[in-house]
Amino acid sequence: MFFLDHIWLIPLYPAVGAACMFLFGRKLSKAAVSSVCVGVVVLAFVWACAGVWQYTDYSAANAGKPFEKVLFTWLGTGDNGLSYLMRGGVPTQFHADAGFLLDPLSSIWLLFVTGVGMLIHIYSIGYMGHEGGYYRFFGYLNLFMFSMLTLILGNNYALMFVGWEGVGLCSYLLIGFYFLRHSASTAANKAFIVNRIGDAGFILGMFTIAWYFGSMQYTHINLLARSGQFLIGDPVITTACLLLFVGACGKSAQFPLYVWLPDAMEGPTPVSALIHAATMVTAGVYMVARSNALFVLAPNAMKTVAIIGALTAIFAATIGLAQNDIKRVLAYSTVSQLGYMFLALGVGAFAAGVFHVFTHAFFKALLFLGAGSVIHAMSGQQEMQHMGALHGKIKTTFGTMLIATLAIAGIPGFAGFFSKDAILWEAWSREGGAYRYLWYIAFLTALMTSFYMFRLIYLTFFGKPRMSHEVEHHIHESPKSMTVPLVILAICSVGAGYLGMPHSLGGSNRFEKFLEPVFAKEANVMIEEGRGAQVALGEAQVEHTDPLEYALMFASVGAAVVGWWLAQRAYKKADRGYKEPINEISPRFYKTLFRKWYVDEIYDWIFTGRKQVGGVRLGIMGLGEAAWKFDADVIDGTVNGAGWTTRMTGNLSVLWDKWIIDGLLVNGVAIVTRLASYPVRLVQWGLVQWYALVMVGGLVCFVVYYVVKW
Amino acid sequence: MAQIATLHYLVVAAALFIIGTIGVLTRRNVVIILMSIELILNAVNLNLVAFSRLWGLQGQVFAIFVITDAAAEAAVGLGIIIAFFRNKETVNVDEVDLLKW
Repeated sequence: MFFLDHIWLIPLYPAVGAACMFLFGRKLSKAAVSSVCVGVVVLAFVWACAGVWQYTDYSAANAGKPFEKVLFTWLGTGDNGLSYLMRGGVPTQFHADAGFLLDPLSSIWLLFVTGVGMLIHIYSIGYMGHEGGYYRFFGYLNLFMFSMLTLILGNNYALMFVGWEGVGLCSYLLIGFYFLRHSASTAANKAFIVNRIGDAGFILGMFTIAWYFGSMQYTHINLLARSGQFLIGDPVITTACLLLFVGACGKSAQFPLYVWLPDAMEGPTPVSALIHAATMVTAGVYMVARSNALFVLAPNAMKTVAIIGALTAIFAATIGLAQNDIKRVLAYSTVSQLGYMFLALGVGAFAAGVFHVFTHAFFKALLFLGAGSVIHAMSGQQEMQHMGALHGKIKTTFGTMLIATLAIAGIPGFAGFFSKDAILWEAWSREGGAYRYLWYIAFLTALMTSFYMFRLIYLTFFGKPRMSHEVEHHIHESPKSMTVPLVILAICSVGAGYLGMPHSLGGSNRFEKFLEPVFAKEANVMIEEGRGAQVALGEAQVEHTDPLEYALMFASVGAAVVGWWLAQRAYKKADRGYKEPINEISPRFYKTLFRKWYVDEIYDWIFTGRKQVGGVRLGIMGLGEAAWKFDADVIDGTVNGAGWTTRMTGNLSVLWDKWIIDGLLVNGVAIVTRLASYPVRLVQWGLVQWYALVMVGGLVCFVVYYVVKW
Repeated sequence: MAQIATLHYLVVAAALFIIGTIGVLTRRNVVIILMSIELILNAVNLNLVAFSRLWGLQGQVFAIFVITDAAAEAAVGLGIIIAFFRNKETVNVDEVDLLKW
């Protein structure tokens, strides 16, 4: 079990590649950079294949147990290092290992992340061959692989969060790869900041789980959650699940945190393919699938997941109908398909959701790489208005992209059909009529998906050439390093679907069976509780097929065909100045779709405050402005006021002193005395006889007094 | 014809006293004022002698004191007048108003 025991080396290989690039990548030649960075990813893929192969033996021998290996204790020491009080006031140690877990869920992710990653690394050799910053690109790409693999292989939420943050960082670095372009650096900021909002939810969810369960390790948590000691609908668990889902919304671009993904197309096309189609955006799905034991205990959280998934799917699909940049159409298509995946997880069809992740990785990566090939052929032109009639000139690209489009539209025989159909069937067959509405939404979305994808194909490859003449002369097929990965992905886009062939079409659903140990326990828990409704995985349910399933299958294929037919009617012969059918019907509606339902503008008004709303600035910048005004007017005003008051007090003191103290009290006394003296001195005449008269008068008064008294 | 009682002496003394007082108050010449003061003193002497007939000899003894005193006082008064006349060349009392405001 050598490869299995050393499964923890897999993330380290690309880490070594990244370290080499950062330390001395500048001095290496392009060939050296390619061989190091692509080589480590190839090595990781081979190791992963061997490891998963050995895991199947291990799991057969150990009754489906996951393989867990702990390297060392990362956080916490075990003796009162990081003790805290968990639910019920019980003191616990906070403990997170550098541990690695391999079970069917992470094996699937491991395989397609390393596989698709390897193909994209090979593709980038050709695509980025003429660009500057070659070593930097591969360094970041390898760093991304390291973070994503850590995320997948970690055995606890804390280590997953390390990978989570790492992929967010690499997304920022790679979107802003052409950082000298203002739009690119803005888009990178947007991606990171919106991701961060989701991360806040994730962290709070993690802490809730740590408080409630006393552990962050998946095996411990799953054991506790499936032990039956928690009631279904437990409010703390519901809160934790909703918070975790906020994190998933940020990372996997669900409404309302999806706005970073279309702008992320500023990065080079291999980045869009790897990070924003196949791998990073599936991290949210992985996290929800990993926490299925918790979600199953919180039906309200699952409903929220399903509803938001469905709404995001249809919302993004409507925007995709009206975009002209080829990469933007694919970006909105990614958001929409991620909505499908969350819809699947939300209705409890965990295996179907994971299956869709798996098939989507292949055909979406193929679509993006194909678009990159088209852009390469068109000398950098990305707008579909200026393309056309390419199918004869870049045959391999056309062929592979057509295969991918058939897959995403859900045409039978291709991968997307099986996975999408599984989701639709699971949505319909859940008990409770409200789930039917989700099916209708998903159905309409499938129709729209088919329409805008075939619109893409027809505008790009068919019709009359609408490009300028110099571009037309330079059209050429891409080099082998780019076309070979396209062909391989095309084969996978067809073949991967057959892994999950449902019983109704005569297959044994091997994909579902492989995932049984992860999800099936849910089914047992729920059935024991007596509620069959929100069951995780109905593996025991169906060995027979409901005829309704065939009808729904037929309906979804019909939707795909109708979408194709409408697209070819409108765009097949598109010449210069072609008309958009939606614009013909309702120009205002078309404008709303073209402007992405004005969501970015609304966010600018409400949350960021970059645009004022009627003279008032809201949002974060409004808060800043309000704080600035408060500081300048109120606080500085108070300080100035204090100074003014002091000066005025001084003035008043002057007045008081001058007029009242000096004037009234000191001088006043003198003045009063002087004034009083005027009448008084009149008495002094200087005549002695007058004085004598007064004396006699007094004497007479005395005499009279005594005479009268006596 | 009534007997000459004490009352008659007192009335005479009072009359002399009043005349002397009016003289002090109204006369302009300083020497006349001194003479009026002598009148007052003598009126008092008369009063004293009149009452001594009734109540013992103390009255008369005191009268002799008063006469002595009057004499001394007249001497001093005249001395003041002479000193004042040397300064001011006048003996009219209403011209002595140096202490007027």
